[in-house]
Amino acid sequence: MRFFFKTDYNQDINLFRDGVDRFWYGLLIAVLLAAPFLLEDFWLGEISYVFILAIVGIGLMVLTGYTGQVSLGHAAFLGIGAYTHSVLLNLGVPFWISIPAATLLSALIGALIGRPALRLTGVYLAIATLAFAFIIEQILIRWEHVTGGFKGFPVPRPEVLGHSMVEDVPFYYITFGALVLAVLVALNLLRSPTGRAFVAIRDSEIAAQSMGVNLAAYKTLAFSISAGFTGFGGTLFAHKIGYLAPDAFNILLSIQLLLMVVVGGLGSLHGAIFGAIFVGSLPQLIAILRDYLPEGIARQPGLEPGIFGLILVFFILFEPLGIYGRWLKVKLYFSLFPLYKKATFKRQKTYTKSERNR
Amino acid sequence: MLLNGLAAGCIYGLVALGFVLIYKATEMVNFAQGDLLMLGAFMAFALIEHYGLNYWAAFLGAVLFMAVFGYLLDTVILRQVIGQPQFAVVMLTIGLGFLFRSGASMIWGTETRAFATPFTDGVTRVGGFVIADVNLSIVCGTAILCGLLYAFFRFTRIGVAMQAASQNQLAAYYMGIPVKMIFSLVWAISAGVAAVAGILLAPVSLIDVTIGLIGLKAFAAAVLGGFGSIPGAVFGGLVIGVIEQFSGIYLPEGFKDVAAYIVILLVLFVRPQGLFGNIGRKRV
Repeated sequence: MRFFFKTDYNQDINLFRDGVDRFWYGLLIAVLLAAPFLLEDFWLGEISYVFILAIVGIGLMVLTGYTGQVSLGHAAFLGIGAYTHSVLLNLGVPFWISIPAATLLSALIGALIGRPALRLTGVYLAIATLAFAFIIEQILIRWEHVTGGFKGFPVPRPEVLGHSMVEDVPFYYITFGALVLAVLVALNLLRSPTGRAFVAIRDSEIAAQSMGVNLAAYKTLAFSISAGFTGFGGTLFAHKIGYLAPDAFNILLSIQLLLMVVVGGLGSLHGAIFGAIFVGSLPQLIAILRDYLPEGIARQPGLEPGIFGLILVFFILFEPLGIYGRWLKVKLYFSLFPLYKKATFKRQKTYTKSERNR
Repeated sequence: MLLNGLAAGCIYGLVALGFVLIYKATEMVNFAQGDLLMLGAFMAFALIEHYGLNYWAAFLGAVLFMAVFGYLLDTVILRQVIGQPQFAVVMLTIGLGFLFRSGASMIWGTETRAFATPFTDGVTRVGGFVIADVNLSIVCGTAILCGLLYAFFRFTRIGVAMQAASQNQLAAYYMGIPVKMIFSLVWAISAGVAAVAGILLAPVSLIDVTIGLIGLKAFAAAVLGGFGSIPGAVFGGLVIGVIEQFSGIYLPEGFKDVAAYIVILLVLFVRPQGLFGNIGRKRV
């Protein structure tokens, strides 16, 4: 087992814990950079989809995993990002302006909706964001001369350095760069006082307030940052799906996004990325699974949402820490072998926590 | 016209009632309430069409079945997450809702179904107005159900025990109330109410697996009435139903679908405690 001693305050905020970490992450980046020379184009497309999901996952993780606010409306921000970007492109705006513009607009709308919504707690917030998502979806449908209504419109394909942006290899590098950027921004955010304030709010609003954290301001900020990340992911998502229509951004997508952070593991950026890998590869897994299921079940249209629901239920009941939590347990098991105690991660007995005044 | 709105409102009110019952007792918000409604309606459909029962027997059967279903749902699954953050409950019930929907589509298929009821196509004349029997049945059914529930909570030992358990869990334990069983019973009642709403709704809007989405609009009703208030939920439902009906006529196309959500946002932003609720400062 490897012991880790802290000898310097900076170690609390270093990006990498030690040389070993630096080596593994460096290796990962090198492998991902080399991937286009090793893999077929189909897989590159799938991986860039996972990258996009991971960007959105990081956004949602900042809000849900770190600040402790539930949003059932993130598909709306994804939609806002995607539509703004594509509409601007159609107007002839270059993509290196339209992407930041779409990100900023999402963040702004996030702040606008967040400010009043964040006086609400817990489930009220979930309901408010849900309502918001429905209203945005309806706006996308009805504002026809901009959004194309039900029919939608194809996403324009800008050129980067002489290549079309949506070709597999350039798109892979663009999404990879975007993900690295998003991870760095999130890491830097979370080790700053702002990020610490978010975590304080998650752990106890009252304690955070007592320590001088302005709840409303920081919650609004978290909401806005989260919406910004999601909008940024949305701009790339638009290119990935290639054709925008309102029903791509419905409630099911919001729930998939939440599923991503829950399954990945709340409260860690690793979790967002694990979750993205999981959700991104799920359709493939289900397609494979269909071959093994009896004909009657495999043909059912309801199979996919059903499996989503089942996974969600199982993770909440049996592994609330998600894939990342399981990974930590496995790691600890091997580093402590043969002294691993099951009780290390045993959940304490819990009672109903009341949010009402009595 | 107004009655159409009221009838739709009654359904929202009934579903909202289910939310509120569970929320008051266990502080869980059941996002799968709409899907329980869907299951109730399909259960009645199955009993009538496949087993040849008459309407009233099927009504009773479906409600009983759903009550047992709700009871088991609580004892087997939802009790596991007590004490976890509310987020876990939200996600869990959303997941369950997806499961129910996909299960129902596997058993009954995704087509729209209908079954014959004594009210279908009938009309009643009251003082010169012509009223469709289905709407009348919904309004009357809601009124009767509310009366029954009121009497139950007011006059029976179990009903009073439920009130006690929802007011203060610990004190209820001290008084010898089997709180766990009471919570499961609350789930049973709530699922039963959802089934009633589903069966009453069936002749108006034909049943299919997505009918559960009505549950999301019922949130508007629950929020409007203040999440912890039972009369508030029914009243909120009526208001939402009427607002929706009138916004379909007087406002541009599209508003009817989102009227309920706009109301939610307005209520939450302006008066988060709803019309009848009270939320105080949190105690540390």
